[in-house]
Amino acid sequence: MKYLDEYRDAAACRKYADAICRITTRSWNIMEICGGQTHSIVKYGVDEMLPDKITLVHGPGCPVCVTPVELIDKAIEIASSPDVIFCSFGDMLRVPGSTTDLLSVKASGGDVRVVYSPMDALKVAQREPDKRVVFFAVGFETTAPANAMAVFQARNLNISNFSILVSHVLVPPAIEAILSAPDNRVQGFLAAGHVCTVMGYTEYEPIAEKYRVPIVVTGFEPLDILQGIYMTVKQLEEGRAEVENQYARSVRRDGNEPARRLIGEVFEIVPRKWRGIGEIAASGLGLRKEFRQFDAETLFMLKGKSVEEASECISGLILQGVKKPHECPAFGVRCTPERPLGATMVSSEGACAAYYRYRRIRNVSENQPLR
Amino acid sequence: MENDQFTPSCPLPIPEYPNILMAHGGGGKLMHQLIEKIFLNSFDNAALNMRHDSAVLNIDEKRIAFTTDSYVVHPLFFPGGDIGKLAVYGTINDLAMAGARPLYLSCGFIIEEGLPTETLWRIAQSMSQAAGFVGVELVTGDTKVVDHGKGDGLFINTSGIGVIEHDLIIAPSKVEPGDAIILNGDIGRHGIAIMATREGLAFESEIVSDCAPLYAPIAALLKSDIKIHCLRDLTRGGLATALVEIAETGQVHINIDETAIPVHDNVQGACEIMGFDPLYVANEGRFVAFVPEIDAKKALEILTSLTENNNPMLIGRVGGGIPGIVTLKSKIGVTRIVDMLSGEQLPRIC
Amino acid sequence: MCLAIPGKIVEITNNDSLMRTGKVSFGGIVKEINLAYVPEANLDDYVIVHAGFAISKLDESEALQVFEYLREIGQLQALEDSET
Repeated sequence: MKYLDEYRDAAACRKYADAICRITTRSWNIMEICGGQTHSIVKYGVDEMLPDKITLVHGPGCPVCVTPVELIDKAIEIASSPDVIFCSFGDMLRVPGSTTDLLSVKASGGDVRVVYSPMDALKVAQREPDKRVVFFAVGFETTAPANAMAVFQARNLNISNFSILVSHVLVPPAIEAILSAPDNRVQGFLAAGHVCTVMGYTEYEPIAEKYRVPIVVTGFEPLDILQGIYMTVKQLEEGRAEVENQYARSVRRDGNEPARRLIGEVFEIVPRKWRGIGEIAASGLGLRKEFRQFDAETLFMLKGKSVEEASECISGLILQGVKKPHECPAFGVRCTPERPLGATMVSSEGACAAYYRYRRIRNVSENQPLR
Repeated sequence: MENDQFTPSCPLPIPEYPNILMAHGGGGKLMHQLIEKIFLNSFDNAALNMRHDSAVLNIDEKRIAFTTDSYVVHPLFFPGGDIGKLAVYGTINDLAMAGARPLYLSCGFIIEEGLPTETLWRIAQSMSQAAGFVGVELVTGDTKVVDHGKGDGLFINTSGIGVIEHDLIIAPSKVEPGDAIILNGDIGRHGIAIMATREGLAFESEIVSDCAPLYAPIAALLKSDIKIHCLRDLTRGGLATALVEIAETGQVHINIDETAIPVHDNVQGACEIMGFDPLYVANEGRFVAFVPEIDAKKALEILTSLTENNNPMLIGRVGGGIPGIVTLKSKIGVTRIVDMLSGEQLPRIC
Repeated sequence: MCLAIPGKIVEITNNDSLMRTGKVSFGGIVKEINLAYVPEANLDDYVIVHAGFAISKLDESEALQVFEYLREIGQLQALEDSET
């Protein structure tokens, strides 16, 4: 496939990896905040090509993983209600809430449907006027334009039986939260290429300056990630702290202007709780007052719940890059994709699931369990 | 006595799943767990414990292969086939995986009230055509109708009997280090054809299911004296699951090369959009054959001469490493473990 | 996140600005995609698609940059090696 296969070329990847080895003189911790990048790194084995001095850390880049338990519980409650068709991206269906998950609701007779786009959910609402159709609007900024358009169209076309359960989170506040933590060891960031395709990268410039960390906007294929790492290491070795754009074939400095405009029209910035991290101020999106009639939490009167997390799961530390999945005592033993203790194991983009599924021979021979 | 209810004396072996989920039918770990804990624990015998596609039975010194399969595909008609054609070829293929010549099929229909009779006629005709093409006879059957809302249109079960006319034992236990692994064609067509019909995806050139009978290529390999060690047709769970099953049952180490695995462009495109891995997508006309290294070249030539467009490939070898696992060398040259999924693949956003 | 894939616009099906849609081909498989956010993209252009929406027009000259950069690194390395 054009513009995909070329960026998986083995020889070119090898050359970038060798170049990284050449310029690395010290140890560096680099964090990527994107489930898609985590998936690609672990699936293709990009981290295995890097010199030992480079530590790649996986940050809270999986919106599925950071959706708070109480929101999953609300989704389950809505999906279990009569006359509701609950639509969601596939990723969310297996994430455990306090007691169960959406797949189990489906098994018990709830109308839970996987959709590819929020517009598909809107079409369902048009086709089934007697049902209440709710879409689970989970995502980073990349998905906000799609969700904004769905709500905007719902209002234009007067589709009153449609609503969204919002769990939108924003990347820059998460980066600041990580960098301002007292035990932070992250020295450079790969910024998520598709988030920046929508939002641009001007928001990262003050962060790079304030905390003196290089931030490189990076794509998703192995070659992109290797070039992004090369550019980050080069900055670190040279003592620079700038925002650079590796993914220039998709990302412009100001992002996608019509998308940002519609997002601003439909959504406003709100505080959001991140599963495993806690509340981060101004880190999420919520529907503006003019669109509140499409807010499922309001419609189903589910505001104001709070849930305590199970204590064994350390996904918070994983999401902040403080620990790696195989350093968790429950990893692969009491916590597996079939019986996950937390979201980082359930979502296929979660670091724990990625490590489990694409784990390496050396981990097996070091007595890591296979099942 | 008729009113005696059977009460199991052992506790339910999978208490963490009080209800059956879709994932239990997905071909992944949950399905394997269900089969192990509920069925294999209930029905324990030597033939079943070989854990191969069909059971090989000794009846008066002749070896007979016997298998059964149920078909619940939705939609009933899809590019390249229908539930009836699948029901015939799928069961024949399970017999072929023991190297058995398929002879007879039984067929049970569970029909949902309201199914158009014309639909049933079309499917029966399709089955007749498929059976005729391979030379098997449908010799016994059963019909049930269930209330509207209780059946998804139509379910079909077929059981099959075949005769084994060679001396080989073809099973995971016969796989040896050094064996070459040959795949008879590109993967993922069936699963994508079904999904495309369900999701309304269009193609510039249509993706057609690879639903096909597999006895002819197997017979050709046997006739040329290829000492086949194991065969497995790829169905739910795809190539990855089939290889993991063989590695675990045979306690061997399997290495495969991602660059050697053929995937059609359309299938690749659909997988990229949905976030699917072609290794786990369903097939209905594909198998892997484990043959001694010395027979690999000839086996590949035979398959290539029979199936021009499918692109049979040598995709890997049985190695001497840690038994029970499958490793894959990725496109960029790094090796990782291939495992079964928990349940089915779901389209993802991340 | 996020899963977004490059595809080629093979047909524009509706030119009305908010609901501007087109058929986009991903290696031969064609899907109807909302093009409202890429008014500058036209027939035969490549776009990056996420959740049924094109979120950017792929800059084909920048696409080569990844390989250009690699070539420059290679030349620099060759120069450094010849100097030592």
